[in-house]
Amino acid sequence: MEREGFECTYLEVQENGLVDLDAFRAALRPDTILASVLFVNNEIGVIQPMEEIGKMLREHKILFHVDAVQALGKVPVDVEAIQADLMSLSGHKIYGPKGIGALYVRRKPRVRIEAQIHGGGHERGMRSGTLPTHQIVGMGAAAELAVQSMESDSRRIRQLRDRLLNGIMSRVEEVYINGDMEHRVPHNLNLSFAFVEGESLIMALKGIAVSSGSACTSASLEPSYVLRALGKSDELAHSSIRFGIGRYTTEEEIDETIELVASKVGKLRELSPLWEMHLEGIDLNSVQWAAH
Amino acid sequence: MAYSEKVIDHYENPRNVGSFAKEEAGVGTGMVGAPACGDVMRLQIKVNEQGIIEDAKFKTYGCGSAIASSSLVTEWVKGKSLDEAMQIKNSQIAEELELPPVKIHCSVLAEDAIKAAIEDYRKKSGAVSAAETH
Ligand SMILES: Cc1ncc(COP(=O)(O)O)c(C=O)c1O
Repeated sequence: MEREGFECTYLEVQENGLVDLDAFRAALRPDTILASVLFVNNEIGVIQPMEEIGKMLREHKILFHVDAVQALGKVPVDVEAIQADLMSLSGHKIYGPKGIGALYVRRKPRVRIEAQIHGGGHERGMRSGTLPTHQIVGMGAAAELAVQSMESDSRRIRQLRDRLLNGIMSRVEEVYINGDMEHRVPHNLNLSFAFVEGESLIMALKGIAVSSGSACTSASLEPSYVLRALGKSDELAHSSIRFGIGRYTTEEEIDETIELVASKVGKLRELSPLWEMHLEGIDLNSVQWAAH
Repeated sequence: MAYSEKVIDHYENPRNVGSFAKEEAGVGTGMVGAPACGDVMRLQIKVNEQGIIEDAKFKTYGCGSAIASSSLVTEWVKGKSLDEAMQIKNSQIAEELELPPVKIHCSVLAEDAIKAAIEDYRKKSGAVSAAETH
């Protein structure tokens, strides 16, 4: 949209990763036409106050687009409750097939969108092209299962998440949680291990699929912009690891992860000059670092 | 990120990890990089009376390639004179470890660390010998 000449405002989040509703309200302008919010954040799992945002936007007659890709199957997603006008969903995040997603488009009040794919006018002209029936059926079945097992999955996953968090916290010092713990899906745990660089820790956690920052940006060397948005120092942003817990994660896997994390963080800290300085009581912010 | 076997070997079995006391005679310390950039290397050399680097140690905060680059240079500088060690080029480090383009900066940092350690040693020993002549 910016490329087409629209002005966009990007809102900062609070230290816990949540949108400040007053700041959100203040950012609305008489000529605002659309707002887009991530229901559940992909890096830190925080759940935004969607009902409040939806109500505010409806009052101002502003279209509300919701990216619910990370929310579906983890929290109740009800387009009426949050008054979403447009909502994006993806199949592979709910154990469905890759390569299929869905866009909800509200009929009342009607939302008109312009087609991005042109051709035979399928899907009421919104998305031309032959439909991949097997993908659609696969995503539909996955969505059905996700909703059915949401409660039991969440309960079990929360227990595993707490086990992982408590296990790591009791074994490793100087660990920081990124993002609010209350308004958060239990499937995500994002931790910063101070004085250890994230990519080197990923390399050490062989056999466990974790990421530093988001998978989308793993090719870049920049620290996570999400963590920087929380006001984390660059050093802590570089030291972050995202753990994802899913429907098929077991307690044994959690325990193995705790063991591995504790031993590898210890090993990498032995290697870290920053850890040594920390133990000597040197404040890293007081050091004049040589630029490169 | 696909790492070469050499990077993985140095990462899993880093050589010469540790520290010398900074004030110890014959020790030069170089620390380069910054936490905010995601890598900090500290390289220390111990120089004997003949001007030969007889020992080296490192500690590095950074990715696998940064750890491997600093581990490798501790091996390379040992047994070299200061002038010989000054000749080590980042391109040689990158070539030896088969670093991918996005990791070349790790080898640059390792070269900088050698130079910084030698400079520190020269400054310290220069100050000592200057003091001795008085
Ligand atoms: C919040 C969020 N939105 C959108 C996407 C993109 O989904 P897809 O790759 O299926 O298009 C992702 C991750 O892939 C995501 O985490």
